[in-house]
Amino acid sequence: MTDIADNTADAPVDAPADAPVDAPAEDVVLRVENLSVDFRTEGGPARAVANANLTVRRGQTVAIVGESGSGKTTLAMAVLGLLASNGSVAEGHIWFKDEDLGHISAQRMAQLRGTELGLVPQDPMTNLNPILRIGQQIDEGLIDNGLRTRRDARARTVELLDEVGLPDAARRAGQYPHEFSGGMRQRALIAMGLSGRPALLVADEPTSALDVTVQRGILDQLSGLTEELGTAVLLITHDLGLAAERADIVVVMYHGEIVEQGPARQVLTSPQHDYTKRLMAAAPSLASRRIEIARERGLEDVLDDALLAPGEEAVADGAAEADVLVSVKDVSKVFTIRGGGLLSRSKDFTAVDGVSFDIPRGSTVAVVGESGSGKSTLARMILDIEKPTTGSITFDGGLVGAGKHKEQIAYRRRVQPVFQDPYSSLDPLYSVFRAIEEPLRAHDYGDAAARRARVEELAEQVALSKGQLRRFPSELSGGQRQRVAIARALALSPELVVCDEAVSALDVVVQAQILQLLAGLQEELGLTYLFITHDLAVVRQIADRVLVMQQGRVVEEGTVDAVFDSPATDYTRALLDAIPGKDLELAL
Amino acid sequence: MLRLIVQRLLLLIPLLLGLSVLLFAWVRALPGGPATALLGERATPEAVARINTLYGFDQPVHVQYFKYLSRLLQGDFGVSTRTGRPVLDEFLTRFPATIELTVVALIIAIGIGIPLGYVAARRAGSFLDHSSVVVSLIGVTVPVFFLAFILKYVFAVELGWFPSTGRQDPTMIATHPTNFYVLDGLLTGEWDAAWDALVHLILPGIALGTIPLAIVARMTRAAVSEVQNADYVRTARAKGIKSARLRGDHIVRNSMLPVLTTIGLQVGLLLSGAVLTETVFAFSGIGSFLAEAVFNADYPVMQGFVLMIAIVYALVNLLVDVSYGLIDPRLRRQQ
Repeated sequence: MTDIADNTADAPVDAPADAPVDAPAEDVVLRVENLSVDFRTEGGPARAVANANLTVRRGQTVAIVGESGSGKTTLAMAVLGLLASNGSVAEGHIWFKDEDLGHISAQRMAQLRGTELGLVPQDPMTNLNPILRIGQQIDEGLIDNGLRTRRDARARTVELLDEVGLPDAARRAGQYPHEFSGGMRQRALIAMGLSGRPALLVADEPTSALDVTVQRGILDQLSGLTEELGTAVLLITHDLGLAAERADIVVVMYHGEIVEQGPARQVLTSPQHDYTKRLMAAAPSLASRRIEIARERGLEDVLDDALLAPGEEAVADGAAEADVLVSVKDVSKVFTIRGGGLLSRSKDFTAVDGVSFDIPRGSTVAVVGESGSGKSTLARMILDIEKPTTGSITFDGGLVGAGKHKEQIAYRRRVQPVFQDPYSSLDPLYSVFRAIEEPLRAHDYGDAAARRARVEELAEQVALSKGQLRRFPSELSGGQRQRVAIARALALSPELVVCDEAVSALDVVVQAQILQLLAGLQEELGLTYLFITHDLAVVRQIADRVLVMQQGRVVEEGTVDAVFDSPATDYTRALLDAIPGKDLELAL
Repeated sequence: MLRLIVQRLLLLIPLLLGLSVLLFAWVRALPGGPATALLGERATPEAVARINTLYGFDQPVHVQYFKYLSRLLQGDFGVSTRTGRPVLDEFLTRFPATIELTVVALIIAIGIGIPLGYVAARRAGSFLDHSSVVVSLIGVTVPVFFLAFILKYVFAVELGWFPSTGRQDPTMIATHPTNFYVLDGLLTGEWDAAWDALVHLILPGIALGTIPLAIVARMTRAAVSEVQNADYVRTARAKGIKSARLRGDHIVRNSMLPVLTTIGLQVGLLLSGAVLTETVFAFSGIGSFLAEAVFNADYPVMQGFVLMIAIVYALVNLLVDVSYGLIDPRLRRQQ
């Protein structure tokens, strides 16, 4: 056992004390040895993981970091024997205690899952069976694994839910997933993953679908519990900051290979491999530099006003007012929620509550807040998809949503959205060319030849090749799709682009590329951006001014530097504190 | 749930009112008017006048409509011009036969269609999957009357395994308290009568059930293919639960929603439209009676049957909507 290559054991001695580098071999829970995983495809086998080696010891957290498609999830699923049906272990071994998980019977594997091996999956919205009660979904694991009898299972389930910090667990166990918030669901999934008291827990991006403040609470709960139980954790994440903060050992994967691994701080403070360095540079939660290009563009006079007087209403005099493109004045939006029963009354819900702000022409204003803070509703009102209940929005001096039909069509041309999910916001049956051409057709832009020329020009602006114009969304990566969405938004030469979580679904490296692209286009075309995001790190990279929203109200407003350096409200401070890994000092 | 049922029943009122207007206007719009339609084109003017007075066709249209409507509300759907019996009685004696046939067709469609679709999805790309596609295609494309004739010729005429026509052997003496022949046999203890009625249902049941079988199999395959790759199914496997539970609670139950919609629509069609099958097998349900009514210009029967079929169709679909809530808790609240 001891003569087998063990990468973590080779780590330098300045590793943190909590990483037991020279622990005895019996402490090893998982040892992946020269592992390769192949997927059968029409074009022959595709290697998703190549020659991977890593070791996880008792009580240790090992983070696998990489972008999507790097093979990190495939590696984790191979450990659990949950590869998709066309995937298989091609070479190597997965030693769990003294069994090789890569080469044991499906029956034995099923026995280990739920008892010795646990999983906390990524997306709490899709990982719970929608038609079974939460309690039932934990009960069934306990019963089928012989941990509790049918009669005792529920009591144990309530204990488990209580343990992960779910208030009023006994009642909650009787509810369905749709009655839970995202954070509560994730807690239930953690309870589920730990219900068999596994020796190894695989946590696959356990919080990437949640708001930062919720994320922090859940990660604290998870690490507290696994520490208490001595569970080894294999943490899969794309977030370097999170890995740095939570893991003892960091393993970096790129294109199916492990390119670097070692104690967390060492990997992050002195990255050896090029990819790790790039990942570090791109990670918005670590690098606080704004994109330089934003400063270089020729709009400094507008910015200077804002930058010179941080935290105050800088744009006050008449000269500056002329430069205001969008002016939001005391806008509120009230939704009426219909009552559930025959006699119950409908209730009013105020999504946006008396919000006022200006967007100077050629600048980027970011609106941040957690889900439910009203930021998307605000964006929809500016896009004229929703009408404000009270208050007014003016665009270039004209009242939004008030003009004749013709003016409203013109407004739609001047203001364009880029939405969050490039997977669902593009029609899968439209080629890239057709997707970009569609707004041109809708607004009667020239003839076929003129439209073609325009589409090609747009493709060049967003760095898509001519060959890619013939492709379909399913053949493109997430970053490429978002480029298509941006090209489509720019087709009609808009003045304002509303980006609703436009980069949230992308990996950090791709995210940085898209932000660069947006900043470059702003300089080139004099665009104005309204950026809606929950990610404060992104705000720091791209925005000039920032509005922090909570429960429909703007709780803080100012220049990015002012808000980040001296947040005025507790809420903003909490948001900033919740960014994973922000305290780490890095050698960059 | 109760709210949904009440809402949907209330919605039936405008629906049926609209339909009654259409049916009323349809008979009035016949060439030569309803009297000519009844008596034929060579009727004497005196006979036409007598019928017009008798049925009130000489009164203003709106007066006629309200009279028609008030008769409907009292359960008076008119009298069949061919048999001379009330339309409602004709419907009620024949409807049990159609229900029996529909139930057998559904048992065949669901009993074979769902397992077939499930296995096809679980073993996607296998021989079984491909052959299920072929079987489904044949099921949907072969015309019902053709399939009915083939079945009748092969299994009844040539092989003699099954009777070729009717609901029961005409020589059999049996009592019929409910007009559901199989049920009657079981209730009265006349086992041979029950068996005979059941055997009479097999061939028409297969003929009628083939199309729904094909559709249910395709829907099940599509739904299971999607659900088996859902994240929560993988999570359930990660919990180490038994495979029977994985199949039942996680895969099949979640797949049933679209399948149920399809079944609901099919039941409506089966109940209302077994015209071809019933005719080929001389099976005395509402379908064959309606077909005869059309050939004999029996307008009161056509009007009455269409209205009653519409009610049945609407009630079946209400039942389907209610059962969604039983499967999916998210719909309970919305409902």
